Amino acid sequence: MSDLIEIRWHGRGGQGAKTASLLLADAAFNTGKYIQGFPEYGPERMGAPITAYNRISGDPITIHSNIYEPDYVVVVDDTLLESVDVTAGLKSSGAIVINTTKSPDYLKKVLKGYSGGVYTIDARKVSMETLGKYFPNTPMLAAIVKVSKIMTDEALLEDMKGSFKHKFAKKPEVIEGNMKALEMALQEVHQVQ
Amino acid sequence: MSIRERLSGNEAAATAMKQINPDVVAAFPITPSTEIPQYFSTFVANGSVDTEFVAVESEHSAMSACIGAESAGSRAMTATSANGLSLMWEMIYIASSLRLPIVLSLVNRAVSGPLNIHCDHSDAMGVRDSGWIMLFSENNQEAYDNTLMAHRIAEDENVRLPLMICQDGFITSHSIENIELESDDEVKKFVGEYHPEHYLLDDQNPIAVGPLDLQAFLFEHKAQQGEAMKAAKQVILEVSKDFEAWTGRHYGLFEEYRLADAEMAIVCMNSTAGTTKAVVDRLRENGIKAGLLKIRVYRPFPAEEVANALSHLKAIAVLDRADSLNAIGGALFEDVTSSLYVENKHVPMVNYVYGIGGRDTTEKDIESVYTDLTEIVKTGKVENPYRYLGLRREEK
Repeated sequence: MSDLIEIRWHGRGGQGAKTASLLLADAAFNTGKYIQGFPEYGPERMGAPITAYNRISGDPITIHSNIYEPDYVVVVDDTLLESVDVTAGLKSSGAIVINTTKSPDYLKKVLKGYSGGVYTIDARKVSMETLGKYFPNTPMLAAIVKVSKIMTDEALLEDMKGSFKHKFAKKPEVIEGNMKALEMALQEVHQVQ
Repeated sequence: MSIRERLSGNEAAATAMKQINPDVVAAFPITPSTEIPQYFSTFVANGSVDTEFVAVESEHSAMSACIGAESAGSRAMTATSANGLSLMWEMIYIASSLRLPIVLSLVNRAVSGPLNIHCDHSDAMGVRDSGWIMLFSENNQEAYDNTLMAHRIAEDENVRLPLMICQDGFITSHSIENIELESDDEVKKFVGEYHPEHYLLDDQNPIAVGPLDLQAFLFEHKAQQGEAMKAAKQVILEVSKDFEAWTGRHYGLFEEYRLADAEMAIVCMNSTAGTTKAVVDRLRENGIKAGLLKIRVYRPFPAEEVANALSHLKAIAVLDRADSLNAIGGALFEDVTSSLYVENKHVPMVNYVYGIGGRDTTEKDIESVYTDLTEIVKTGKVENPYRYLGLRREEK
């Protein structure tokens, strides 16, 4: 399984990190990949730190354990940076994608000298401008796709149009906003130098 | 032509139930199997099945309702986990002794206490001697496939026993993975209709169900249950063969993974077998002759076949995801050791109790077992046959 990509999501209960991991699994599945999408279930409540995972590969995946040495980490809430060891086991060949507006100096400090790629996006701004409410998971989904290059921007947008139609069958008015959030997020994710 | 999909293990089980479209489903929700009756009740509400869904007030009632429904001559299914199965326990024995081919989806979870909602096999092990056929499933695909085969096995005239399909709570029940589904029509054709020989609503041939059975007959009836369990082995193989001819997916009593030329092997069940496969592949790349035997059919236990498949090895580790707390070893370990002993084969064996209460079992854990086995192969000695894997303390 040389092309196996492993992703770990850090978020807080209610922010949709689990949903984002499942949507990413869906989108990768639709490009013909083998996928796993699973949260680490604990005593979830709103605001508590949660972890979710993705495995994506061109070959069948048989491993059934949590991910300890991910290729990518997504941090949906930057208040976790000081309380959770988000770079634990993260491969230096990989990258971390953080929803934050904090300074590069601050990030350097809390990421404990992580030598791989560091990317940020202001998912709050994207979400407020496109949805009028704070739902960071849609922008973060676009951000991790952009950074990991699991699929092209076009393939993601095309696929999510179908997924949102299904997911928001009873709230079709939010589909356009979510599509805009994806499009904007694809442009708004930047590497920290 | 199979349909490429992605589903969680619970969705896979519920989808199989939808395609089977049983006459009755009676269930009470319990984590982590709750989604199965939840999805199924949606199918009922949407009219995609014409099942009578009985939203009972407890698992004892769920199994009782299934017993009533099957006695009347219909097909009944249910789903549960852990303490739900514990509460069914009295009726679990009634179901098997009445020879009612009820099918249960068991999403494995630790039986309290203290309270834990995560995976281990203590729930399944609590009913291993109750006369139910028990099939274990590595992933969502196997949970789906085992469910599609369940009625053909359970309802066979030589079997007539209830059957449970096990899968690991959360680890596979809540993980979205690829799966190959079959079409509704073909499932319907494969599963077939249920026409029991004897049933309560047959007014032309009245019968009594569940009468008093004292010294004169209970022994004979228990022996008949035992014979049915032995006969189930052949039926499982035949149904699996038909299933393979239809879907192309092969199932035996167990899966041998790189076992034929292995020097040492792990024996385990459910999702850990998948993690073990990845480790075996890596060890093989380094020239280490590691193998795996994954039990699919735990009851009836394929003793002779297991013994023959393992007899060429130099060391075996049996992994139990439930501790029997008996100072001897886990249930699977005892089954495997007796199988070899009775067949007059001797291989050094060691038992690991692992994954209790959802403790994650990693590739590193599995690799450490093969490292231990390498040492046993070298010395031929087993110092302490009853061990823990992934326990957070130094072994004494």
